[in-house]
Amino acid sequence: MDVRDRNNVVVTGRPDGPVVLLAHGFGCDQNMWRLVVPALAAEHRVVLFDYVGSGRSDLSAWSEERYGSLDGYARDVLDVCEELDLRDVAFVGHSVSAMIGVLAAAAAPDRITSLVMVAPSPRYIDDDGYRGGFSAADIEELMASLESNYLGWSSAMAPVIMGNPDRPELAAELSDGFCATDPAIARVFARTTFLSDSRADLPDVKVPTLVLECSEDVIAPREVGAYVHAAVPGSTLVTLDATGHCPQLSAPEATAAAIAGFLRTRP
Amino acid sequence: MDGVGRVPGTAGAGGGDASADAAFTALLEDSERELYENAPCGHLSTLMDGTVAKINQTLLGWLGLTRDQVVGRMRFSDLLTVGGRLYHETHFAPLLRMRGEISGIALELRTAHGDRLPCLVTSVIKYGGADEPLLIRTTVFDARERRAYEEELLRGRQAAERAQRDAEEAQRQAEEAQRQAEQDRSRLKEALAALQQSLLPSTLPEVPGMEAASYYHTASPDRLGGDFYDLFPLDGKRWAFFLGDVCGKGPQAAAMTSLTRYTLRAAALHDPDPAVALTTLNTVLNERYSGGDPRYCTAIFGVLEPGDDGRTVTVRLASGGHPPALVIGGGRADPVPTTGGLLVGVLPDAHFAEAATTLEPGQTLLLYTDGLTEARIGPGRERFGDDALRDFAAGLTAASAGHVVTALTGLLEGFGDGLDDDTALLALGVPGSGAATDEDTP
Repeated sequence: MDVRDRNNVVVTGRPDGPVVLLAHGFGCDQNMWRLVVPALAAEHRVVLFDYVGSGRSDLSAWSEERYGSLDGYARDVLDVCEELDLRDVAFVGHSVSAMIGVLAAAAAPDRITSLVMVAPSPRYIDDDGYRGGFSAADIEELMASLESNYLGWSSAMAPVIMGNPDRPELAAELSDGFCATDPAIARVFARTTFLSDSRADLPDVKVPTLVLECSEDVIAPREVGAYVHAAVPGSTLVTLDATGHCPQLSAPEATAAAIAGFLRTRP
Repeated sequence: MDGVGRVPGTAGAGGGDASADAAFTALLEDSERELYENAPCGHLSTLMDGTVAKINQTLLGWLGLTRDQVVGRMRFSDLLTVGGRLYHETHFAPLLRMRGEISGIALELRTAHGDRLPCLVTSVIKYGGADEPLLIRTTVFDARERRAYEEELLRGRQAAERAQRDAEEAQRQAEEAQRQAEQDRSRLKEALAALQQSLLPSTLPEVPGMEAASYYHTASPDRLGGDFYDLFPLDGKRWAFFLGDVCGKGPQAAAMTSLTRYTLRAAALHDPDPAVALTTLNTVLNERYSGGDPRYCTAIFGVLEPGDDGRTVTVRLASGGHPPALVIGGGRADPVPTTGGLLVGVLPDAHFAEAATTLEPGQTLLLYTDGLTEARIGPGRERFGDDALRDFAAGLTAASAGHVVTALTGLLEGFGDGLDDDTALLALGVPGSGAATDEDTP
């Protein structure tokens, strides 16, 4: 299957503008960016996609082997960049996607030339001398919540929707349930997200990086934002006056402004 | 405040109207505020950032918290378990923001006593005049009973999935074992075929002035047969041949066949007298199978020697209990009488029947094993028999070695499953003068 279909790639904005690639995190899909896209689209060519296993991606392309590690998701990012032959990309990654962006930028420095990390955390579980905010048992609780809530995901409907990218009425149905995910796939993504440790990758980041944190975020608290800022050489830290883990939803204007402001500073 | 439980009884005679009025009055006293505070579900209102602005008594009671501890101090997600908080941030809050409402989400509250309270949560955003979100209204239902039931279902599903996985694994293992068995079987077949080949000459050598043909029918492709034959030169002039049948089948029979074949070959080179060759074999088999596993075979051993006239071939042969060879040609099929010879390998001192004949041009000497004559034919499943073979052979219009073997092969195929034993054929013929004449005459 074509990568554009596989990853449900959507391109919008100014066709000749600099490229901004928006990558969703664990939980929902590219609809997470809906409120910031209009502000970015005025100046940029905006590329959106769903990781395989999320949103309207092709579930048949999913395998636990590939998507059981962040490298598999980074491969998706690189596949999209290569398919569209994107260059000089500003990669905007929310949550776990910030760390996926680090891997992708290291693998394709010619394509990804700056990073925006939205509410990043390199390690969610507390470790010796490091406070991520969670214990392994907390992650198991999250698994239980995933088991209990399908959010409209239906084993009968999913293949129908995924297999008909050209049928907008099905898509409309799904946009209502854009956090709906096959529970087995969500479990793997959750484990990969919350059990990964990307701290060692941060000092190797070579591209200009903006760390965008929220003032109140239970998933990525400010001390984690400070850790990322300190670990990524030459990074810029911006703290948004926003509550929760999704500033692109709770404070879309401020989030878009911070991203656009950073992109303007790029050479 | 009074609850409906204080409604006076309505059973008294003549007091019906008054009682109904009292009940209605009591209901009216259930004010909106009273309903909000003590509703059978939890209510709370939060600012858009989740800060609790309002919470009802029912929910406070479940949480074991006071209003002062919660309002303005805690966010909705603070009331959840940590795992629930993760789910709230990654799924619940984004969905609520995008859709303006979310319903029936299973979460767990964490009470002041440290207990977990499973609940079902529904939230709606209240928007202001300019469609800006103002606050979130949330209703919380006690879902302990329902969750316990759901967990039963979930456990059931997981058990079913496990069982299915186990079954699939078992099937995979069975398929693997079968594949392995088939592989072993095919390897074994290959080995058997190779071994069988070592017991028989792959091709017959060309004997000057003669034509030789052979055929071997294996009754079962995965069992080694017990029939054998060979044809080989003794010196510049003479050739030796043998054909026989060891008792039994399988690896033991094959081992004996091998021993027999190489013993006869070696013996013939040492002394080409047919009876001596069989005697040597008899001694060897006796020595080898002297224990509790007596084994024997039947065999005809012979030597071919071209006549001085350059046309005929003299055949001298000896037989140990084997069906007699036939001389076929000219509308006849005559046995070379070798009755009286003993089975080879049974007794230490055995006597073997000797005979001699001369093959004229156009005549073929046929040696066969009893798989041919013992085959069951016809509706009565009777044995094909020696006489029928002789009649068949006598009726052959062409009696060259190749023709005889081809005709008999066709006959054997016609027997179908009536042919249930291994069968070996060896035909040694002197080409007829007719053919040569035809070629020489323009």
